[in-house]
Amino acid sequence: MKKWIPLILVGVMAGWVLSGLRQPSETGFHTSDFGQLPVLMNGRFQPFDSVGRNSLLQIRTKQTVYETDGGKAVTLSATDWLLEAMMKPEAADDRKVFRIDNNEVTELLKVPDNQTYYTFNQIRPQMDEIEKQVRRIEPLESAKRTVFESQLMKLYESLNLYQRLEVSLKPPGSDDFAAELDAYQKSIPAGIAAVNARDAGQKFDQDAFNTLLGFMGGYNTVASFALPLTIPPVDPGLPHDAWQNIGTNLMQTARTGDLNPAAKLYAEMVTAYRAGQPDDFNHAVAGYQAWLGDRFAPQVKKASREYFFSTLEPFYKAMVIYVLALVLALLSWFNLSDWLRRSAFYLVVLAWLIHTFGLVFRMWLEGRPPVTNLYSSAIFIGWGAVILGMVLEKIYRDGIGCVVAGSAGFVTLIIAHNLALSGDTMEMMRAVLDTNFWLATHVVAVTLGYASTFVAGFLAIIYILRGVFTTTLSAETAKSLARMVYGIVCFATLFSFVGTVLGGIWADQSWGRFWGWDPKENGALLIVLWNATILHARWGGLVRERGLMNLAVFGNIVTSFSWFGVNMLGIGLHSYGFMDAAFKWLMLFISSQVAIILLGLLPQKVWRSFSARPAA
Amino acid sequence: MPKDLFKFFSSLKLTVACLLMGCLLVFWGTLAQVHLGLYKAQNEFFRSVLVYWTPSGSNLHIPIFPGGYLLGTVLLINLLCAHLRYYQPGKRKIGIALIHFGVVLLLLGQMLTDFLSRESALHFRIGETKNYTEADRAFELVVLDTSAPDSDKVVAIPCSRLVRRGKVSHPEMPFAVQLKTFYANSQLAQQSQSGYEPVKATAGLGPGIWWREVARETEMNRMDMPSATVEIITPKGSLGTFLVSAWLDRPQTFNFDGRPYELLLRQERYYLPFSLHLIEFRHDRYPGTNIPKNFSSRVRLQNLDNGEDREVRIFMNNPLRYAGETFYQASFDPDDHGSVLQVVHNPSWLTPYFSCVLVATGLIIQFLSHLIPFLKRRLATTGNAAASTAGRRDAGATRKEKKRS
Repeated sequence: MKKWIPLILVGVMAGWVLSGLRQPSETGFHTSDFGQLPVLMNGRFQPFDSVGRNSLLQIRTKQTVYETDGGKAVTLSATDWLLEAMMKPEAADDRKVFRIDNNEVTELLKVPDNQTYYTFNQIRPQMDEIEKQVRRIEPLESAKRTVFESQLMKLYESLNLYQRLEVSLKPPGSDDFAAELDAYQKSIPAGIAAVNARDAGQKFDQDAFNTLLGFMGGYNTVASFALPLTIPPVDPGLPHDAWQNIGTNLMQTARTGDLNPAAKLYAEMVTAYRAGQPDDFNHAVAGYQAWLGDRFAPQVKKASREYFFSTLEPFYKAMVIYVLALVLALLSWFNLSDWLRRSAFYLVVLAWLIHTFGLVFRMWLEGRPPVTNLYSSAIFIGWGAVILGMVLEKIYRDGIGCVVAGSAGFVTLIIAHNLALSGDTMEMMRAVLDTNFWLATHVVAVTLGYASTFVAGFLAIIYILRGVFTTTLSAETAKSLARMVYGIVCFATLFSFVGTVLGGIWADQSWGRFWGWDPKENGALLIVLWNATILHARWGGLVRERGLMNLAVFGNIVTSFSWFGVNMLGIGLHSYGFMDAAFKWLMLFISSQVAIILLGLLPQKVWRSFSARPAA
Repeated sequence: MPKDLFKFFSSLKLTVACLLMGCLLVFWGTLAQVHLGLYKAQNEFFRSVLVYWTPSGSNLHIPIFPGGYLLGTVLLINLLCAHLRYYQPGKRKIGIALIHFGVVLLLLGQMLTDFLSRESALHFRIGETKNYTEADRAFELVVLDTSAPDSDKVVAIPCSRLVRRGKVSHPEMPFAVQLKTFYANSQLAQQSQSGYEPVKATAGLGPGIWWREVARETEMNRMDMPSATVEIITPKGSLGTFLVSAWLDRPQTFNFDGRPYELLLRQERYYLPFSLHLIEFRHDRYPGTNIPKNFSSRVRLQNLDNGEDREVRIFMNNPLRYAGETFYQASFDPDDHGSVLQVVHNPSWLTPYFSCVLVATGLIIQFLSHLIPFLKRRLATTGNAAASTAGRRDAGATRKEKKRS
């Protein structure tokens, strides 16, 4: 029986992963079809679903809306919520989506402070007050803002995003949008004649003039504020990315007289959704899909691939399996049975496969090397560290590799999840960074350097914790750990050196200097120097086993400084902006590492493993 | 004694000490950038022999830590000595030798870069042609003899030399220039303001203008605006004291011996043996956003010496390397009708490329030469053992098992 447990576990987890692909039950509206429709936002084509997810992450820090409505729990998917916000904003205004954690902000808004999420209608009465505060805060540098100020700014940005989404598909106040569009189209000839006559100083039809201008006013609002560009170009001569938002497009219609079929179909969707007519809605969605068909096949395909990717949630699933593997591997240290360790190893492999699938799929979606921003660096560092863990496990078969892999995978994916809260993780790259060659070489090498330095540090933590608190650190295990750490530090030196120098060469290619002592460059240099220090200290006999471990733990501090710390200095060409929440975590992490080093410095007789050894 | 010295300089302890101090210096120098700015921190920590500490409220300069140059030099000496002491030729050490040779090359190359490289900028509007670049931070005082109808005779005096010498004369100039006051960074005003004092000038635009000295800029992207008063001394007596300033962009004129002259303080110019003409500047953004996608300058390169005349496109990550100078797309005018190229003259620009290849090769050789035998041994033992001792958790235990059996 025990022989089969590892395989059964893997089977169960794999089934759970695939179950995510099952279409959720729908209320008649084919919202998942709608969610896959392509739009252009943040400079890239993406499905409505991603617009919804990224907006909700920013506003609510979750990808779904969960409400308990009179004892009944309701979960809205990102697409459901976006659909409502764009088509029936008056209903969306009562959804609890605005996350406010700061009591000073709730006080300013005069809302109860015992909630986490607030509705737009709760906040609306204080909009003027918010704007007044924002006018004062906006000019301040983000690093100099107080917690209240930065939280309020965050809320303001969320409100801004939300209000813009509300006018992204229909003008404010419009009810039967399809009928209105009809009327608009009919009013154009007379209206234009009236406008022209008026401009020429002749007598003109005041009613026709007013009707047309009435329509145009609403469309103008949409044109200026709508976020996603939803309407594809009809003229085949236009570039494929010359999409417009529906407002701009309708304003143009006044000149051409021709209604864009996409605008017409979107209007039908709005009307059907508002009237609660699933059949009409589905018909319009299907009609639009058919119209897009071959005309925009690449965009449609890209959007539905991204939809598939988001629904599968490979990184979240991998994270859960990593935790499970970690727990089993830890247990295997205390329980001698090998099936625990084997289960852990199989699960790590399963999680890593899912992790890899996600990584590769993302690369394919973006057409980019694996690391393009801080978010993807976390995913890639985890991926590399897990490989090292698996290799160690394969060589030593003692559960240590599994613990390394499980915790590295788990922690880095958690970090990635939190980094994703800032919005679209597949955003387009700024001009300087826009080169696949250097992203594929420099960034990948540096990131692998980070990953391996972390793995070495983590192995050292295992050594210290097992040595001090348990009796499981036998002389053999200690020696293999020391060998692992040494080997991985060598590996880390290789990658961090090559990565750093390649970074310099890239800088030479784009800015004309190899080395500029920029904080990010210095961070990478620190890792190289630190790894070189460890190796030379070891060769020179300045440190032995325990000393090596302490130096390796300190490597974690150096790496975390270089990965995150330098971004918090808020200067330099590379900085991604100040992150105060992350700063708190960084400090916490550094203190924990210092604590472990202090443990490592304790005299040998205090170490349970050493005192338990017969005359070691 | 020299033996001890050699022992000291070749010891691994010194290496570790240098590396540790290097870590500290880099960390400290990075943090210092928050207050000092990149430019100043660079000069104080990395491009220096010693790092000084000035207790607040004093003028003392107390050396407290080795600077980048000192540490780099000691590391270099250490590396060379250690190789002399320990190196035995042979296959085993080839990796180490390559790594260290690469590091030496990198360090030397960077030191050379620091001393030999020169950075300047070329700013041109669309349709403009230029055959010179302008220094980022150095200024020069220019005296133009505009008497000839088709060309001017130019005497350019770098400010650094003017400040050092005080009085400068030149065979092409029938008079001398005497520096009276020099502010390395300054502000001007047209009326009296608090903190400002009247410029003691007697000719040109100077009389009636107020000025004050301000602290030098430490940020990488900001420039000092120097001002000075200079007296023009001819064999027949003084022509008066003029205010010259980076703030004044039009030249001041005076006459001597019937010839017209112009006086101007401007960024130091480096003349190129060829010219660049900006045909087009493009600034592409991602659709529907303000995120820049690409900047590029289409430039016509004309070299009269060899008749070369061709078009080049300079864009991000794709510089033009020509005649020892490298032109990078650096910036542009807000209206997208002008482009700024960063121009770097760096004879040792190739050293990092070589050193990267050397060190990487060395590290890979070194790494594999340890890893492969280790893996062979390891897999041989665990592979055999796994078959006979399934269920054992500790690799150490499995090995013992095997020995016993």
